[in-house]
Amino acid sequence: MSAEPAYDYKKVFGRPQSLKDAYTHYCPGCGHSIAHRLVAECIDEMGLREKTIGIPPVGCAVLAYNYFNFDMIEAPHGRPLAVATGIKRILPDKFVFTYQGDGDLAAIGTAETIHAANRGERITTIFINNAIYGMTGGQMAPTTLLGQEATTTPGGRDPRYHGQPIDISKMIAVSDGVVYVERCALSSIKQIRRAKQAIKKAFRCQLDDLGFALVELLSPCPTNWKLTPKQACDWVNNVMVNTYPVGVIKDTTGYED
Amino acid sequence: MRGNHVLGEAAVLAGCRFYAGYPITPQNELPEYLSARLPQVGGVFIQGESEIASVNMILGAAAAGARVMTSSSSPGISLKQEGISYMAGMELPGVIVNTMRGGPGLGNIAPSAADYFQATRGGGHGDYRTPVLAPSGCQELAELTFLAFELADRYRNPVMIVGDGIMGQMMEPVVFPDPIDPKDLPEKDWILTGCKGRAPRAMFSMILDVNKMYKHNLKLQEKYELIAAQEVRYEALGVEEAEIIIVAYGTAARIAESAIEELGPNGLSVGLFRPITLWPFPVKPLRGLAEKASKIAVFEFSTGQLLEDVIISVGERAPIYFYGIPGGVVPTPAEIADFMRSVDRGDGTIGRRIEV
Repeated sequence: MSAEPAYDYKKVFGRPQSLKDAYTHYCPGCGHSIAHRLVAECIDEMGLREKTIGIPPVGCAVLAYNYFNFDMIEAPHGRPLAVATGIKRILPDKFVFTYQGDGDLAAIGTAETIHAANRGERITTIFINNAIYGMTGGQMAPTTLLGQEATTTPGGRDPRYHGQPIDISKMIAVSDGVVYVERCALSSIKQIRRAKQAIKKAFRCQLDDLGFALVELLSPCPTNWKLTPKQACDWVNNVMVNTYPVGVIKDTTGYED
Repeated sequence: MRGNHVLGEAAVLAGCRFYAGYPITPQNELPEYLSARLPQVGGVFIQGESEIASVNMILGAAAAGARVMTSSSSPGISLKQEGISYMAGMELPGVIVNTMRGGPGLGNIAPSAADYFQATRGGGHGDYRTPVLAPSGCQELAELTFLAFELADRYRNPVMIVGDGIMGQMMEPVVFPDPIDPKDLPEKDWILTGCKGRAPRAMFSMILDVNKMYKHNLKLQEKYELIAAQEVRYEALGVEEAEIIIVAYGTAARIAESAIEELGPNGLSVGLFRPITLWPFPVKPLRGLAEKASKIAVFEFSTGQLLEDVIISVGERAPIYFYGIPGGVVPTPAEIADFMRSVDRGDGTIGRRIEV
């Protein structure tokens, strides 16, 4: 038996402290896992974990408290920003963020979203837009694209019959209470790296007491889009961005990128 | 002081530091009062964009450890039921005030007690209860507001205070209990403050594992049984020798009291039984009195809701007579005196005999 050679190992990649050692229930190719990781990395790198209170949505990410390794509280469907408002106003020195899907944020919770944003609550929202209702099995989302098939839009979304896809990020951006809104995608390396920068910047808005900030993440849902994970990423990159172009929607922070 | 202001001041003195609500008549003087008063003590007042948003704001503030309150009137309370159910499921303390008005639907702003079922049977979805306190005057309103916050914290459960527009506008002198500084309240070891120096906490009502959901519900039921055993409150006036006992709460009890006075000392022998906790309902005390009285009369600002709890309590121990006024009409004491005379005669000219 020869002795083990003495290698000088250096850890270059690992699980962020803000993520628990747990398997997620997310489908293969789902954007939530990436989004969770980005949020956790940003919270770690900014040293926020021990002062963070997160509020997940009702939807696929409803169990996020099983994955994030900091204080979390469930809200009724669509109400995370109302719950977050109550927490942040009582604990203004803590870091409060909501993590919401398109149904939660832009359908049932539209009023809560617009008014929390308009009050300029010092809260950060991570908005996962996958243009479909994932948890309930593929029904139309407020963000479903025109022509897109959902289980409740047989033949595709018809604007006359089902209404237009809603761009809530653009809608809230008109309010002076909102200081930063950016849309990124979780479908390419470049966009994922950009998304991380955007999340950090949005978090900073809260820490610097500037106002409300939101990062929208276009997120693949291969299961309900009935595509492979690779096809789903391509669909985000080639189709979804035509309705929801990536980029900065509003930025009055004065931060240098 | 006016009832709505009494409630606001009592809440602040009881340590409430967060209020969110949406305007609705006839309770607007309460949020108006708090909008000026809460900031004076470092508290937070938010006029929410809806009743739903407001109740969820107090849910969040309760999770962060504050004593919290919201208020509304009947249609708004229906909207708040979502948050109340979640607070019950997540075991979050909070005080919800319902200044009841005529219904169903938008109804009118006149006094009513038509939300009795909603208040005493949980109100929202799921197998839960909330203690319901029904003051009948400004002094009691102040004291029960203190009690509401205390019960909410003690049992980690939402607590309701129910009144009506008359109570909100009624002006009576009040001596407030000693103020409570929130810093002196027992520390809550379950709240969310960031996980510094401890393991992360998660608060949720979704429990997918059927066994865990089953156990969680049984645990809640144990709590409700404890509340039912320990927190029953009522007032009984002149009931010991009474032939007739009239059961009424809130404003209706005040009218009944005046009616008894109107009947005079040499008139009918009528006592008043006034539930102060509508849930838990004082079943046993009323049952005990029904064993001795010859008749039970029920008077309510609704059409047979309080009556059901009286039937559960009294059963066939005494004949029950009922007079219920729907939709915001307020009867005079003379009318209730006539009801009691009719009960005495047993002729049903006012109200009716209930066949159990």
